Amino acid sequence: MSQEHAVAHKFQRSTGKETPKISTSSLPDIIFILLFFFMMVTVMRDSSLKVKNVLPAATEVQKMEKKSLVNFMYVGAPVEKYRAEVGTAPRLQLDDQFADPEDIGAWVQVLKSNTAEDLKSKLIYSLKADKEVTMGLISDIKQEMRKAEALKLLYSTQVRSEVY
Amino acid sequence: MARRESPEINASSMADIAFLLLIFFLVTTTIDTDKGMLVKLPQWVEPDELPPPDEANKRNVLEILVNRYDQLLVDGELMTIENLKKTTKKFVANNGDGTCSYCQGSRDPNMSDNPQKAIVSLKNDRATSYDMYISVYNELQAAYNELRDESAMKEYGKPFDDLNDPAQTEETEKDKIRDKWPMRISEAEPEAYGEEN
Repeated sequence: MSQEHAVAHKFQRSTGKETPKISTSSLPDIIFILLFFFMMVTVMRDSSLKVKNVLPAATEVQKMEKKSLVNFMYVGAPVEKYRAEVGTAPRLQLDDQFADPEDIGAWVQVLKSNTAEDLKSKLIYSLKADKEVTMGLISDIKQEMRKAEALKLLYSTQVRSEVY
Repeated sequence: MARRESPEINASSMADIAFLLLIFFLVTTTIDTDKGMLVKLPQWVEPDELPPPDEANKRNVLEILVNRYDQLLVDGELMTIENLKKTTKKFVANNGDGTCSYCQGSRDPNMSDNPQKAIVSLKNDRATSYDMYISVYNELQAAYNELRDESAMKEYGKPFDDLNDPAQTEETEKDKIRDKWPMRISEAEPEAYGEEN
């Protein structure tokens, strides 16, 4: 079909063979389904990991349902990229940066001030600590959390099926 | 009708395609939920305001020490982690004073009076690995979960997790079972006997 012909076409009654119009009425549905799906599934990880993070495994685990109330703390040895900067000893990572246990108080205050009053006591703090970390650092973190009145702590673990 | 209008493409199968896509994604995507063991930390108390140590009868305390080599000492005896759950269950359900009607304990004079009095005391070295700590905590949790499951099975005929637990009512079935087997784990500040790391 020449171009001239095609232009003329618009003003004529269609005659003869014509490419059929594809119905697009269901496209919105598809897009919406996909959209909803991704909205449900996507977990926003707002910080990139700067520490090694292989979680220990446990059998007696619970699932965390209310994701919006869970806040993450990462503990582990810094990954290679940051070793020159902060050394090789295990460190705590809050949001996007390395932190010391003493910084937890301020961090918790910020989180609490961003949360509705009735949900403040329901905030859960998920401790994603590498299995090779020692308990000294972990208990320093726990002490700071107690001081900051952040008492709901989740030891984040993998799931293993074999029991002792 | 002489005009040959080309027919519209039947779009009814679009829905099927969309559903196929949906199902495909549902099956292939692993939804990354956070899993782990939830604990409630005790309120912070300033060291000088600490109440004098409660003279709990020694028989009511299961003392667990984990050293820097991840070895386990339970009530003064070296133990492997495989036996920890069994020991904890025996300790909690001991029924030493005979007031616990639902315990099947051996009434050992060195173990707890009743589940309400039983305390598990957990103490680490600062150099104990987190992996070991989680393993120990997991075994303690498992011991209590099994005791609760057994009670729930006997009383309601279903495991603890399936008991109804509506948030509104005051005393749910779960609460009743929890009251029977209160999980009291006391964690001491770890001591540094050597250098960490």
